[in-house]
Amino acid sequence: MAQSGGGQAVLPAKPSGLKQRSEALSGLLMISPTAIFTLLLMVAPLATIFAYSFLTDAYLTVELTPTVGNYTEAWTNPVYRIVMLRSLGVSMAVTAATVLLAFPIAYYISFYVDPSKKAIWLFLITIPFWTSYLIRVFLWKVILGFNGVINSGLMGIGLIDEPLTFILYNTNAIVITLAHAYAPFAILPIFVALEKIDRSFLEAGRDLGESSFVTFLRVTLPLALPGVISAVMIVFIPVIGDYVTPLLVGGPEGRMVANLVQLQYIRLDNYPLGSAIAISSMVMVGLVLVIAAMQIAIFGRVFKRVLGSTNLLFTILTALAAAQSLLLLMVVIWLVTGQAALTVVLGAALHIAAFVALARRKGGLA
Amino acid sequence: MRGGWFGVYAIGFLIFLYAPIILLPIFAFNDGAIVAFPLAGFTTKWFEQLLVEPALHVALKNSLIIAVSASILSTCLGIFAARASTHYNFPAKSGLMGMIMLPLVLPEIILAIALLVVLLGIGLPLTIYTVILGHVLICTPFAVAILTAAFQSLDKSLEEAAYDLGETPISTFRLIILPLVTPGIISSLLLTFTISLDEFILAFFLAGTEPTLPVYIFSQFRFPKSVPVILALGTILVLLSIVLLTIAEYFRRRGIARTGAKDTGGFL
Repeated sequence: MAQSGGGQAVLPAKPSGLKQRSEALSGLLMISPTAIFTLLLMVAPLATIFAYSFLTDAYLTVELTPTVGNYTEAWTNPVYRIVMLRSLGVSMAVTAATVLLAFPIAYYISFYVDPSKKAIWLFLITIPFWTSYLIRVFLWKVILGFNGVINSGLMGIGLIDEPLTFILYNTNAIVITLAHAYAPFAILPIFVALEKIDRSFLEAGRDLGESSFVTFLRVTLPLALPGVISAVMIVFIPVIGDYVTPLLVGGPEGRMVANLVQLQYIRLDNYPLGSAIAISSMVMVGLVLVIAAMQIAIFGRVFKRVLGSTNLLFTILTALAAAQSLLLLMVVIWLVTGQAALTVVLGAALHIAAFVALARRKGGLA
Repeated sequence: MRGGWFGVYAIGFLIFLYAPIILLPIFAFNDGAIVAFPLAGFTTKWFEQLLVEPALHVALKNSLIIAVSASILSTCLGIFAARASTHYNFPAKSGLMGMIMLPLVLPEIILAIALLVVLLGIGLPLTIYTVILGHVLICTPFAVAILTAAFQSLDKSLEEAAYDLGETPISTFRLIILPLVTPGIISSLLLTFTISLDEFILAFFLAGTEPTLPVYIFSQFRFPKSVPVILALGTILVLLSIVLLTIAEYFRRRGIARTGAKDTGGFL
């Protein structure tokens, strides 16, 4: 019989304090090569660029006086600010597109595909992900281009008279290409969450007279939520740092944070400013995730209080609320691109404050 | 087909997913220097040109050295972490495991610049060795994920039986654990090899004057006339990755079958 619980005590008898200590020591010893490697090659370098972001570039050297000047420059210079906000907008759009496209396919594989064929389907979905990333992105350029597959195809069947130009060298092309590249990253966590759902819950739902759609909303969707959340995180965080896609299909107006960081580091040799931009983008991603999580939690609480335990409406409204708050945040960011970045932060803060107040008030009534 | 509209959607999604890969051989065998429709006829000349491109051969050699080294090193590091996380309880376990898995989600550009700054700071010249260091860092989380699944499905009573029969921890590892997790190890080696062979950003920043295959490919995108040759190269690489991944998948499943666990499917 296979045991699946990781990290249980080795000994069958209840371990004494001494045994526990020696087990802890062996465990730490065992993990130390990997942990030390990661510490030296990831944590230390990340700490270094964090430190760099507070220094000043002085051509061949850096000045060691700590300053927040790089962050001020990154957030007040419109050139940098536009690129950072655009990256955030593109990442959100890619995340939304990828997760929405991925959910039905994960659902299909988990609920409709014969269990013996599931592994083949997952394999089929992961294969494109492991095959030459650069060439895949380049081929999207071929597909979306002026003489590309889509344009020549649509002109061939007479749907359009002249090539569509809105599909290459702009952010649309970046979104399509990245949604393609990250599809497996979104499908797999959602699939795993769906697989864990006990099918008898669904039968119970139907036995109690619910339609299959209502059962989906009241049982499947809430239980799949952890998978959706990890899909969002695993797509959203790396996408903001994508370098190749904006460069190949984004055109001059499609540059993103990674291109800016590369420019600062390699061409202009300005490590401090490059570091500040890189760290700002990560902080931005973190903030958006925290805000989204808080909004979902607050909305959820509001609706639970207002509607009691009406699970169906609760689910629909929480989903709508989550979608709406993300959308709103996106709209705000796009509109504010020309304005001060402070507006975004302020807008988000007001947004949250409003919901907190709402939650309190409704809670008081109930 | 079961699932009605979901089935139709799934097929459509697969077409979207495979669109670039289907186009790849079409243009690699197309007798025209411009990569666009309509097609101009069949040729194998782009493949022949691959044989007489010295810069490409240097890049290929660099890539192979890097991918072999990175796959072996990251799988070794993966074995330590996977064994520790499935077999022992120790303080800060989830924190340490989280740190080891973090490169999976961190944007590669951030890892690349951070490593670049540190390596230049301590005065290491940028060579294929620095690329290997970077690749081991990003391959390790994948190795840990595969190997954790392999170690988790081990039956602990087998190990205990070996101890009871007087085997030492080392001989137990060699005689009992290693044979059972070997399919997982092979799967991890193949997967990390494929990742390293395909990785661009870290290599782009850390390779110095010793380009890897993706860095070479990227440099060729600037010259429209060399694009068909690159597509021919891409066709070969895609075939190679599919073969390697199929073997990796075979071993992963055999490993799970050997330990008698249920197949949950997928690499990630």
